[in-house]
Amino acid sequence: MNVYTPILVLGLLAFGFAVFSAVIAPITGPKRYNRAKVDAYECGIEPTLQPIGGGRFPVKYYLTAMLFIVFDIEIVFLYPWAVAFDRMAVFGLIEMVLFIVTVLVVYAYVWRRRGLEWD
Amino acid sequence: MTNGQFGFFGTDPWGIVIVKVLGIFALLVLLTLFTIWWERRVVSRMQNRIGPNRVGPFGLLQSLMDGFKLALKEEIVPKGVHLAVYWIAPIVSATMAFVAFAVIPFGPVVEMFGTYTPLQLTDFPVSVLYVLAIASIGIYGIVLAGWSSGSIYPLLGSLRSSAQMISYEIAMGLSFVAVFLYAGSMSTSEIVTAQQPVWFAVILLPSFLIYVTAMVGETNRAPFDLPEAEGELVGGFHTEYSSMKFALFFLAEYINMVTVSALATTLFLGGWQAPWPLSLWEGANTGYWPILWWLAKVQIFIFIFIWLRGTLPRLRYDQFMKFGWKVLIPVSIAWILIVATARVVRNEMTISTTQILLSGGIVIALLLVASWLLQARADRKADAKEQEFAEAQARPFDAMAGGYPVPPMPGQQAELTTRRATASTTTQEAIDG
Repeated sequence: MNVYTPILVLGLLAFGFAVFSAVIAPITGPKRYNRAKVDAYECGIEPTLQPIGGGRFPVKYYLTAMLFIVFDIEIVFLYPWAVAFDRMAVFGLIEMVLFIVTVLVVYAYVWRRRGLEWD
Repeated sequence: MTNGQFGFFGTDPWGIVIVKVLGIFALLVLLTLFTIWWERRVVSRMQNRIGPNRVGPFGLLQSLMDGFKLALKEEIVPKGVHLAVYWIAPIVSATMAFVAFAVIPFGPVVEMFGTYTPLQLTDFPVSVLYVLAIASIGIYGIVLAGWSSGSIYPLLGSLRSSAQMISYEIAMGLSFVAVFLYAGSMSTSEIVTAQQPVWFAVILLPSFLIYVTAMVGETNRAPFDLPEAEGELVGGFHTEYSSMKFALFFLAEYINMVTVSALATTLFLGGWQAPWPLSLWEGANTGYWPILWWLAKVQIFIFIFIWLRGTLPRLRYDQFMKFGWKVLIPVSIAWILIVATARVVRNEMTISTTQILLSGGIVIALLLVASWLLQARADRKADAKEQEFAEAQARPFDAMAGGYPVPPMPGQQAELTTRRATASTTTQEAIDG
């Protein structure tokens, strides 16, 4: 058996359980229609009409996501390096220091341009 | 028997796989029910209350009953939702929470119904990376829930939540690098074996501390529970969810808590291996006993989660992001470089004590210079602030600055305007007269 097959079995069980729970609730629960109940919840005031997906949201989150990708790729490169570290020794260390310094230049630039500030 | 522990994975017969899957599923559901009850009891004690104690012994069945009650409640689907995505989101969250647990080791190789099998569902050379990947898919559940709700609070909550989780995932990922470096592997079972003489929490303490901080941020728990900041966002991404769909999000959150605790145990606290006084007993690391040690270690982390919630107030969003990006990430990167250098020095070079002392001295000198420079800078800033304050005090107070009536700034003295001055003098005269 493949080492990944057990994950599939666990995944199927979990998925089945989740779907069952999501489907069972509308059946077991009562249904009493009320116009106010199906409004979007905004602490009792008349809800703001908005398109699906909420229309616009701050571009700041996009920047965070981009920065995340930069650093996540750095991490992806660090993992195999760490696993094979003992076989590469000094060469591996110097190479990785150069790589990390390159990424740190980006990091310093973003920090300097106030990309790491939230309000 | 095959050589090495790896040989066991992927050789289990179907029966054993199904037993293990059911075992993990039951364990996670029970741990969730237990953790919810335990959290409520402990937080109650911390707040001088008693907590749930009615349903079952010590109130142990309280969370189970809450689950049944949720199933019997009306499910309200708001009219603004994107129905398909609204349905998919909780299912994604819950499924991924369960699946991430597949590679956590509970114990050594044991005999189960006549076959030898490790107490772990499966393992492969990149299993820690697998946990990170599945955790990332779990974030989709949160983003989709907020997006599909068609409401403002859930959308903001989900954006915050995802920004927070990806920010702390970097610190989390970086804290693993030192562990892989020492273990020489990304497989959970091999990392546990690599901690035979000494736990990684001892030799890689900074990594451990960074991981523990990041795991609290990653699971959206207090003091980092900004996505659920009741005062500003109601319930966060699950505001528009009710009944069992809400329960699925709740379940996913608690399973994620257990998973990150289990990962911390595996990577830093020696996994299922018995702690010191117990490890003197030879049978401690054989048979089914290790499950007990594993559970005890996981419970320690869960208690820390609850303790933090009962103790610390919630951080402000900007402070929280600043901490993640400007403190945890640079510290982790510096620590990785220190660990790597130290390992190369230890493996490759023979160095004398004088050289160690000399390099240590240089490092300390550099740190001293840096701290002096930083202190000088802080002093300059404080001086500038003081001067500004003095200047502000000297400046006359303009009660209508910018065209609006404003209160005096710190350091400014409000002067009575002519009308109020006249009014007060006339009143004084009236009293005197």
